[in-house]
Amino acid sequence: MKKLLIAKCVFGCAAVGLVIPAHAQEAKPWEKIPIPPLKEFKPKQPKRIELNNGIVIFLQEDHELPFVSGTILIPGGARDEDPAKTGLVDLYGQTWRTSGTAKMSGDQMDDLLESKAAHIETAGGLESTSLTWDSLKGDADRVFSLAMELLLDPKFDAQKLQLAQQQAANAIVRRNDDEAEIAGREAAKLVYGHDSPYTRQPELKTIGAVTLKDLEAWHDKTIGNRLLIGVSGDFDPVAMEAKLRAAFETLPHVKAMPARNDEFHAPKQAVYFIDKQDVNQSNVQIVGLGTDRHNPDVPALAVMNDILGGGFASRLFQTVRTKLGLAYAVGGGTGFGYDHPAKFEVEVLTKSVSTVDATKAAIKEIEGMNSQPFTDEELKRAKDDILNTFLFRYDTPDKVLGERLRLEFYGYPADYLETYEAALKKVTLADLTAAAKKYIHSEQLAILVVGNGAEIKPVLDALQLGPVKPIDIAIPDAPKGGPGPGDGDQE
Amino acid sequence: MTTRLFPGLRESAAVVLAVALGAPLVHTQDLKSFEQRITTKVLPNGLTLLICERPEAPVFSYETFVDAGDVNDPSGESGLAHMFEHLAFKGTTEIGTKDWPDEKVALEKVEKAEQAYEAEKLNPQGSDKQKLGELAAAFKQAQDEAEKYVVPNQFTEVAERNGAEGLNAETGLDDTQYYWSMPENRLELWAWLESSRLTETVPREFYKERDVVLEERRMRTDSNPIGRLIEQFLATAYVAHPYGRSSIGWPSEVSQITATEAMAFHKKFYVGSNLVVAVVGDVKAAEVMPMLERYFSRVPAGPKPENMTTVEPKQFAEKTVFVREETQPFYIEGYHRGSYKDPDDAVYDAISDIMSNGRVSRLYRSLVRDLQIAAEAQGFSPFPGDKFPGLFAFYAVPLPGHTPQEMATAIHKEIDKLKAADVSDEELGMYKTRTRADLLRGLADNQGLAQALAEYQTRYGDWRELFKQLDRVDKVTKADIRRVANQVFVPSNRTEGWIETQAPAQDKAPAGTNGGAQ
Repeated sequence: MKKLLIAKCVFGCAAVGLVIPAHAQEAKPWEKIPIPPLKEFKPKQPKRIELNNGIVIFLQEDHELPFVSGTILIPGGARDEDPAKTGLVDLYGQTWRTSGTAKMSGDQMDDLLESKAAHIETAGGLESTSLTWDSLKGDADRVFSLAMELLLDPKFDAQKLQLAQQQAANAIVRRNDDEAEIAGREAAKLVYGHDSPYTRQPELKTIGAVTLKDLEAWHDKTIGNRLLIGVSGDFDPVAMEAKLRAAFETLPHVKAMPARNDEFHAPKQAVYFIDKQDVNQSNVQIVGLGTDRHNPDVPALAVMNDILGGGFASRLFQTVRTKLGLAYAVGGGTGFGYDHPAKFEVEVLTKSVSTVDATKAAIKEIEGMNSQPFTDEELKRAKDDILNTFLFRYDTPDKVLGERLRLEFYGYPADYLETYEAALKKVTLADLTAAAKKYIHSEQLAILVVGNGAEIKPVLDALQLGPVKPIDIAIPDAPKGGPGPGDGDQE
Repeated sequence: MTTRLFPGLRESAAVVLAVALGAPLVHTQDLKSFEQRITTKVLPNGLTLLICERPEAPVFSYETFVDAGDVNDPSGESGLAHMFEHLAFKGTTEIGTKDWPDEKVALEKVEKAEQAYEAEKLNPQGSDKQKLGELAAAFKQAQDEAEKYVVPNQFTEVAERNGAEGLNAETGLDDTQYYWSMPENRLELWAWLESSRLTETVPREFYKERDVVLEERRMRTDSNPIGRLIEQFLATAYVAHPYGRSSIGWPSEVSQITATEAMAFHKKFYVGSNLVVAVVGDVKAAEVMPMLERYFSRVPAGPKPENMTTVEPKQFAEKTVFVREETQPFYIEGYHRGSYKDPDDAVYDAISDIMSNGRVSRLYRSLVRDLQIAAEAQGFSPFPGDKFPGLFAFYAVPLPGHTPQEMATAIHKEIDKLKAADVSDEELGMYKTRTRADLLRGLADNQGLAQALAEYQTRYGDWRELFKQLDRVDKVTKADIRRVANQVFVPSNRTEGWIETQAPAQDKAPAGTNGGAQ
């Protein structure tokens, strides 16, 4: 059923304070096991095709299974929408597909595709919107032409917009039910600001303001010669290239999204609290401003992340979960965005009464990045962790294609992964120390606790980081809850 | 219902099972291709090794499938299988310790101190406060002593340093699964690590890990309104079978599980005959089988443990359970159905697909699209497990302003249609086509394949059943669907559960206070 999703960085690393004597463990039987050199492996790169109108296509042949799938990435997303209509791009992403085309309604399309176990879907994201399709090889032509029809000749439908608005309204009134959802959302606001394009949230009023015309205008503004396309699977590459050229070469020019001039400022140290009386565990978020992947310090930061909170051997995991037994989930580090700074975030889930202890322990480990010297062993271990799993970034043709699309979309060189891997190998202890000094500043970290105020003892004042600031998360215009049916179903 | 070592992104076992069991339909040539690439071997200790060669990239994934889960927890020890799973990451007599002989003595002292403390705490005459304090201090001190011998997290550290990706484990009611992926040149290292922890587990840092599991419970169940409801819902639906028991464990029981009990569980259930280990990826069976045999022969032999034998009595009372909370409404209902061995298993899958799969499904079109009373509506089965008779469940998420009762009425209307008239040829055809395609789609993923092969090898004694199930799917008829719907979806076989929204009030007790140990 429903499951709390927690970012993958939650688990965690090497113990400060747990000193392992030098003479420990004379026999390490696993070190005697031979590790032969890894087989030579050059992942198959997709073919890059640039059309005359600027559209870029990647073709990734893969004949293992009889499927063909495709993705169209369209620049422009929720961060570019009118703040008074926050939620527009999300509604667009849903309504586009459910409405269907001039020739075929969305419902008819559902029937047709499902009978072939095929899919065409559209979605709205923060930086882009997308159209994807996939089908068995035998249905690939039919499904592709249907996808093209949806791309070029959609017919936005009022009822489907209304349906999407209902779903969005439902998400809004439920957004305070789940502790982790509240914590993630409100922590991001502490980093980027309440009304930032990266955190502003849809309200009943803003989604209600979205009209069919808005969706059509968004579509017309974004669909044109700025698309980025990836197709993978079991196809003949010559025929596929010809087909894609014919389909996309004639798309007209559209204006680029206006360049973004977002400003980002690190938060100031302060403790924020959201009272949620129906929980017995606190969700603690320690957040600040991260960086983006253009930053040459990213390799050093990646290694530092692994040491701070990236695995079982990380400092946070070793201390807060293993040594103190205070958390099931603990971990985190500096995030890297592709075209804007991501967050620094450390998350701890702990029972109400140990909120202060666990938070203090986590802060201590974060501050320790500047006071507890990194060791050769930590450096080596973190590099092993990262470099020995690096292969899993490109061990399937679809992952290789996804990475190439991402790099192209954000304007990174095609060999980014190789350069990055080489840079990771070169990270030194001095690099780590310098990166910690430059990026880890506890006076620029905001602390958010979502938890049960009645159970949190000692109270958060014991953190001694100034007055605790409550955050009001009441939902504007939400219907007041009342008693439900009381009786069971009457038949 | 699944619990796992740490939060991750893997789909819950319920979902995985639904796809795996619901799916299979493949060309015979695919089965033939797998026949050529799969090697199985049953070792003298009863353990089954399965290797599937898929040399697409120099990596492999593995799955260790233990045919025991939280249904096997003894009465009063709910959550034991899961506790042991956490222990399996704490190392062995060789890894994670500075000095095993001395640590062993220290751990024995921990057990004694724990027993003394528990005995006083549970003293029927009432515990003596001062004495209890002393015993608690002694217990703490014994743990601190033992801690001195620990190299924390060494097992997982060695795995991670050697490229383990997606390392995790999960304990369901039916079974326990361990898995990760690695570069192919670490196969022997993996074989050493995995066979060691199956064989030479020790009760290291057990009591600290018990606190971690209690935190996991707070996250999964106590701090989530739907998590709280589901626990009550299952406890209501079942009167005898352990499917009704909290799978992560009732707080008072988890907080009293001892290392001795966990090790006894290991001894009984982690024997060769109860284990299947599947490896999928860039490995050559002919080359590596002797090496794997050498390592996995270390696992103790033992008779296949007897199965849990409680049979849920036939339900005759219609049941309801609901909670009033200051949270949004939710509705779920369930009907008892057969296990995966039930001859109608594929019929249940067909009903689930037709009622729930995507925007063409009956529940979506009725409750979401046409009536516009729900944000989501689906049926799913089996729940919370499939090894024993589980439930066929339906749920709906009401839109603002709509009540759980409206969900129930609308779902029942759709169920009545299923009973009164045949489904269409198109609907049945869609189920069969999608099932086949979903199985195919899963075959290009080492980890998913390892999981499915190990599971089918365990459940049916033959991995080929993953593909052969196709026959059963093909045979499902419209009449079957009507027959099963009329048989199963009757009020006397039903449990309903819902959340009613309560207006903010002063007098509510904090939730999750059902004895959470602190």
